[in-house]
Amino acid sequence: MPIPTPFHSRTAALSSSHEWRDWSGYLSAARYSATHDAEYYAVRSAAGLLDVSPLFKYDVTGPDAERLVDRLMTRDITQCAVGQVMYSPWCDEDGQVIDDGTIQRFGPQHFRLTAADPSLRWFQDVAFGLDAQIRDLSADLGALALQGPKSREILKQVITQSGVPLDALKYYYLTQAKIGRIPVTITRTGYTGDLGYELWVERRHAEKVYDQVYSVGQKYGLMPLGLVALDMLRIEAGLLLIDVDYIAATKANIEAQKSSPYEIGLGWAVDLDGGDFVGKPALVEEKRRGSEWLFCGLEIDWPHLEELFARVDLPPKVLGMASRSAVPVYRDGFQIGQVTSITFSPLLKKYIALATLQSQYAVPGDEVQIEMTVEFTRQQARARLVKTPFFNPKRKREVLK
Amino acid sequence: MSPSTHYDVILIGGGHNGLVAATYLAKAGRKVLVLEARSQLGGLAGVEEIFPGFHAPVGHADTGLLAPQVIKDLRLESHSLAFHDVPAAVFAPQPDGRALTLWRDPVRAQAEIARFSQKDAARYPDYLRVMARLAAVLAATAAEIPPDIITPSLKDLFPWARVALKARRLGRKDMMDFLRLLPMTAQEWLDEWFESPAVQATFGAPSVTGGMLGPQSSGSAYMLLYQQMGAPNAGYRSARFVQGGVGAVMAALARAAESHGVEILTDTPVARILIEDGRAAGVMLQDRDVLRAPVIVSNLDPRRTLFGLVGPQALNPRVMRRVRAIRFKGSTARLTLALSGLPRFKGAPDGHDHLAGYTLICPSLEYLERAYDDAKYGRISAHPAMELHFPTLHDADLAPAGQHLMSVTIRFTPYQLEGASWAKEGKRLTDLVIKTLDSHAPGFKSLVRHTHLRTPASLETDFAATEGGIMHGQMALDQWLMIRPVAGYAQYATQIPNLYLCGAGTHPGGGLTGLPGRNAARAILSHRG
Repeated sequence: MPIPTPFHSRTAALSSSHEWRDWSGYLSAARYSATHDAEYYAVRSAAGLLDVSPLFKYDVTGPDAERLVDRLMTRDITQCAVGQVMYSPWCDEDGQVIDDGTIQRFGPQHFRLTAADPSLRWFQDVAFGLDAQIRDLSADLGALALQGPKSREILKQVITQSGVPLDALKYYYLTQAKIGRIPVTITRTGYTGDLGYELWVERRHAEKVYDQVYSVGQKYGLMPLGLVALDMLRIEAGLLLIDVDYIAATKANIEAQKSSPYEIGLGWAVDLDGGDFVGKPALVEEKRRGSEWLFCGLEIDWPHLEELFARVDLPPKVLGMASRSAVPVYRDGFQIGQVTSITFSPLLKKYIALATLQSQYAVPGDEVQIEMTVEFTRQQARARLVKTPFFNPKRKREVLK
Repeated sequence: MSPSTHYDVILIGGGHNGLVAATYLAKAGRKVLVLEARSQLGGLAGVEEIFPGFHAPVGHADTGLLAPQVIKDLRLESHSLAFHDVPAAVFAPQPDGRALTLWRDPVRAQAEIARFSQKDAARYPDYLRVMARLAAVLAATAAEIPPDIITPSLKDLFPWARVALKARRLGRKDMMDFLRLLPMTAQEWLDEWFESPAVQATFGAPSVTGGMLGPQSSGSAYMLLYQQMGAPNAGYRSARFVQGGVGAVMAALARAAESHGVEILTDTPVARILIEDGRAAGVMLQDRDVLRAPVIVSNLDPRRTLFGLVGPQALNPRVMRRVRAIRFKGSTARLTLALSGLPRFKGAPDGHDHLAGYTLICPSLEYLERAYDDAKYGRISAHPAMELHFPTLHDADLAPAGQHLMSVTIRFTPYQLEGASWAKEGKRLTDLVIKTLDSHAPGFKSLVRHTHLRTPASLETDFAATEGGIMHGQMALDQWLMIRPVAGYAQYATQIPNLYLCGAGTHPGGGLTGLPGRNAARAILSHRG
């Protein structure tokens, strides 16, 4: 039975739908009212406030903290400056992705890692023989994602003190700040591909922080955000979801279900010139040999979809939310891979999808077919391979001064 | 040695398995350098001068397990290795003043057993026959390279056809016994054979050799069989002694090694194994000199090799987890005493023929199990189980004229004492052993000139045996065959290319067999073509 997060008294009061999902054992709002459309639009035009406390959080400290994090992560962590945040996958011994998350660097010997899955044992295994301590803070910290074009304005009014002024805080950097007397860590990160921040706060202060952000946000059109709208937003941003777009190596039932970082579009986050991380020899070999699968964005050809539906005298049926059911992708009648996440993007007015394809077919610009069910019959809708993200506003990275 | 010398193989650790592996490799044309940290070769199979004029074996006292293949292949007998038969395998004084001697002469031994139980005496010939047949099958497994459990290949299995053939020849009844025996307890196995506690204990005592497992622990019957893989010896171990004692074995091995051009450096401790691009490339000595070779072989235990010399960070976490999980559980202490004369045990026959093999202080399997019970909870046994041996009866030169050495192997001395340390408890153990022996051999105390105790702690410090485990990893069924030392490493290669293991931590395990060294050399030669 899922348990409440540190913000539950607040999110529960705002929920008129009472629709909750189980996210890592926590009660997590699916949507706050009967439909999630407004939440979705709020993030793209104003701001959304999402409780991300169910993420797993670990502090790594000690003289070998950097060596440990560098050994875990495929990215070169020695390049991560104090005050910087990095995103990285981490792999098993065979170079297959176990999980992905962010690395916040608080000091030369102090990191905070976030993970989608419980990771303490793995981190401790890799730490064996190193002088580094790992503390599981998952239950001690509340985390809030404030996302959307107005998020900076809202946050500026909420915080009373900030190490780095928010206008100067760069994308994927962090600062220590205060809301009244409450210390919070602010990272310019998120899962929506928009301007946004995440606030990390001790559990006992969580509700006050929520109240502050929420009440100030009202003037800016802020809405509480649930997981249903989030799923659409992250697909627009081309961001992966563990257990949907790839299967954690630790949970795969067969070898074929595992993926390397190269196969899920995270090749950019693999630094083979850096130190020895777990799985590196396998990835060196994969890089040499070439990957079997590649990750690709896909846009469905709307006129063709209209045509398929017109054959049965219907207008195209649009999914109101993201689908996480994998469907086959074809080329010239052969299956070349699968779509793992698909959504209609209300903002882009397009059907977009994240796909895993046999590498020789993953060529942006090429035309493929995706399976679509039209009135109970399986059809193949034309689609074009594109680079992700589908939506990437300038404001995501923009620094004001 | 000049720094420009090129070696094909650098082997770390000049114990018996190291020398065996080095000699096999040199015999096959490889240029081999052996590095030994101590001043003397032999490691746990070595001899050390513990008091001026007294040279005592560190561990092994007999060479009964030394594999015939090794003796033959390395022509050890041409390097002055000479066996000599001793009249008694074991002499076991009992608390009631009687004593049981297993003479090498089966008729005499049977008559001895009959003094304890007519029924047991009648079963004795059968027992010897069955144990010899079953031990032969086990010995066949010991001489083969185990298949790789993680990626098994058909090629690996071919040599095992020989073992299968041997097992088939056992016949249905013996085959059943073999399969039953492996996971059994020694107690259960011997309950099926004998009724007299003294007889059971005398046959069963070797079942706890080198391990933290009592005679009522699963797998102890397997150890009982393991100890009989060598020459048949009245049903007690494979005790076979060498003229000059175990030191003579090391000398013969060293001569064999040198005859094939193996270079040996003593007093040369290795600080670490150099890893370059994920591959073993050489060694750095403690004096920081670097020696390079395309193959590095370690005779050290797997954990010490991989964590101590390589460093855990060079291993992948999966392997690291397995190596961390190896149980060593040192459980053996060795008290060596310099005596002004031989002790006279109650119930002993005249002369000292009965002392030529082992003397056993273990009147029943229950006594042995209770000795284990104490150790299980981190205590020294209130009534210690002991195996005595007199090296000076095999080579009088080991001690000054007229004086004797007595090696006492004390079972169930836990590496980790509960709420105490070996630094403090050593003296208490020494006193307890002397007191116990004095009760079996009145006047013993007055013979004692010197005492020298090796605890699991000092075996670790002085002989690099992790946790004082003389077997380099407990010989339990879950650390056996293709999962010894850990799954994936059973073929003597490690995850680190060019780095191999050849010590007792590998298959078939501890004891002076030479088989880990032999198997490792064969694996390396076949692996590297």
